[in-house]
Amino acid sequence: MGSDTQRTRRYPPKPADAYLFATCLVDQFAPQAGLDTVRLLEREGIAVHFPEEQTCCGQPAYSSGYPDEARAVARRQLELFTQPWPVVVPSGSCAAMMRHHYPKLFANDPALLAKAVALSDRIFELTEFLVHVVGFRREDCGAPCTVALHTSCQARREMGVAETSGALLADLAAVTVAVQARAEECCGFGGTFAVRQPDISAAMVTDKVASLKESGAQSVVSADCGCLFNILGRAAKQDELAGRRQASLPGEHIASFLWRRTGERHEQ
Amino acid sequence: MSQPIEFHPSFAERSKAAVNDAHLRQSFRGAMDFLQAKRRAQFPDAAALETLRDLGADIRRYALANLPALLEQLEAQLTANGVKVHWAETPDEANAIVLDIARRHDATRMVKGKSMVSEEVGLNHAMAAAGIEALETDMGEYIVQLAGEGPSHIIMPAIHKTKQQIAELFAAKLPGVSYTDNVDELIRIGREVLRKKFAAADIGLSGVNFAVAETGTLYLVENEGNGRMCTTVPRVHIAITGIEKVVAKLDHVVPLNSLLPRSATGQPVETYQNFISRPRQPDELDGPDEVHLILLDNGRTQAYADVQLRATLQCIRCGACMNHCPVYARIGGHAYGTTYPGPIGAIISPHLLGLADTYPLAFASTLCGACAEVCPVRIPIPDILIRLRNEAQARPGTTAASLRGSGAARTAGISAIWRVWSLIYSRLGLYRLTSWFMSRGRALSPTEQGAWTKSRTPLVPAPKRLRDLLRERQR
Ligand code: SF4
Repeated sequence: MGSDTQRTRRYPPKPADAYLFATCLVDQFAPQAGLDTVRLLEREGIAVHFPEEQTCCGQPAYSSGYPDEARAVARRQLELFTQPWPVVVPSGSCAAMMRHHYPKLFANDPALLAKAVALSDRIFELTEFLVHVVGFRREDCGAPCTVALHTSCQARREMGVAETSGALLADLAAVTVAVQARAEECCGFGGTFAVRQPDISAAMVTDKVASLKESGAQSVVSADCGCLFNILGRAAKQDELAGRRQASLPGEHIASFLWRRTGERHEQ
Repeated sequence: MSQPIEFHPSFAERSKAAVNDAHLRQSFRGAMDFLQAKRRAQFPDAAALETLRDLGADIRRYALANLPALLEQLEAQLTANGVKVHWAETPDEANAIVLDIARRHDATRMVKGKSMVSEEVGLNHAMAAAGIEALETDMGEYIVQLAGEGPSHIIMPAIHKTKQQIAELFAAKLPGVSYTDNVDELIRIGREVLRKKFAAADIGLSGVNFAVAETGTLYLVENEGNGRMCTTVPRVHIAITGIEKVVAKLDHVVPLNSLLPRSATGQPVETYQNFISRPRQPDELDGPDEVHLILLDNGRTQAYADVQLRATLQCIRCGACMNHCPVYARIGGHAYGTTYPGPIGAIISPHLLGLADTYPLAFASTLCGACAEVCPVRIPIPDILIRLRNEAQARPGTTAASLRGSGAARTAGISAIWRVWSLIYSRLGLYRLTSWFMSRGRALSPTEQGAWTKSRTPLVPAPKRLRDLLRERQR
């Protein structure tokens, strides 16, 4: 597992420039999370570069058992980050793909493997980057609230950054992080798993939604959009079936949450 | 083949039925929570655990790297000790060896210690067919045997049963026993039956946890003392195990055994540890007159031959991967339809039974990695699952299709979908166009998105993509 190598990761000092690899889900379905990521980083004095040619990390095909198709897509992303800047990814799952699986994907091609390994070193999951590279500390300007945190399995086990989202939330004075049962258990998304094993996936996400609600949280935050869509989509479906108008479990990406809590402005 | 494997109904149907069985889900959930907590309590020092796992993995990798030589050494040592070694390539061969030994001794009664390999070869059925009573003596195995079922967990075979179900089973099946759901009483009843059987048995059969090449020692752990009874009371002891269970040195057993019970049941140590090296000697009071070891291949050499898949054979069968698997917790062991359920079942079964019949198990995972996180010998289970998915969908005849049954899951439709996907996401122009259409046409997004919307609201593209928002911002 990736976390074995992650144990010893060393972090660079805060850079003047960084790339954003936004991920296909953020680009198409959750652009606000991407925009708020850019704002958060810019406020820290980092110039954010978004290579327009980026599409998807290739994980959907990779984890579904289509390595050639994944490679064709991943190969394009290998070419995007020509300057030696860090690449920030607002998703633990896509970050893990680029950091830990690209080298496996290109293991049989020495030239591409070298590129994949070099890129792998520069891949940072957003909350990891904020905590370990940026040293993010901003005053909380929001009203008191209780949130639950969902950390994706890839952030937790492959990137080995189970603590960074929690650390960012813990720094916010008026935010209470609710304690949930089985926080470390998968939400049941798993990419194509959700449609390939609909019943098992539904059972898992139903349990996850239940434990998030039981935690007493008003909302849920996560650094991974895949998990969020799964969890929020399940909660919204339950609301719909029960005829509830108000979302019983709203939620957002941690980038948006942090941006909102810390003033939404560049100068404080 | 004689394995009692049921592939009908399909995995999909079985898992669906299991997920919707509230009773079953509740009992597995409770058991898994309990076992996870017990394991956690056994490893309070995270750094020490990681070091021990490194050691465990190294020991197993070393053994596999030297497998042929170690097996030869094991055979030579055991033979020198007076233990007879047999090699079985298939389950049928293994059963035939056992039957042959039984016939030579006119044996009709066999007591069995817990052995998953004996489940794998369908030994009980083969014995029954030959008129030999093969009685399980591990309490959990005894219960599932009495119920006419197979184990649902490799360490705790009857974990799917409540004590009330066991009480009903005993009352129905055991003459003169009336219903009681007092656990101590149930165990006492079971033990009473088994005691008599030990004394009358001709053959004792057991598994092996580690076979030590250096000394020719069969190491066997258990908690009930039934394993010791099976291996010492009857005149003949037959041990059966897979060829991968060999380790080089007796010293290697120490760290592995420090990992095994703590990972498995959260016990610091097993109640009984048996080191079996030879039959009873003239000056010894007890022990069998004959000891046999059957070493089974049954497809393991296929895993062994592959650099990546060889790691599958590092397994020490602790069951921690299933105790931590969110899918196993939802469907239980029987839904897998294989001798070995859970994550280890998903990665070992394709070698035993072929990928064609077992590939659905490789897809029954979110790749969450909880299994690999706890595996005491660091088997990279999610990577192996991905590899098996690749193999299952590989084009037959290519190098990507290297296993028995490779390509069995390949369908023209799904392959085409991924080709189109790949085309779109590897050509920026195409991606731009498709994603632009999706944003602009979001009102037309389907509200029925197949399996997704059965339990979730539909996914709707945002009105503007991130790239649009960033471009607007720059203006
Ligand atoms: S794969 Fe690992 S965790 Fe699972 S049974 Fe084997 S040794 Fe234990």
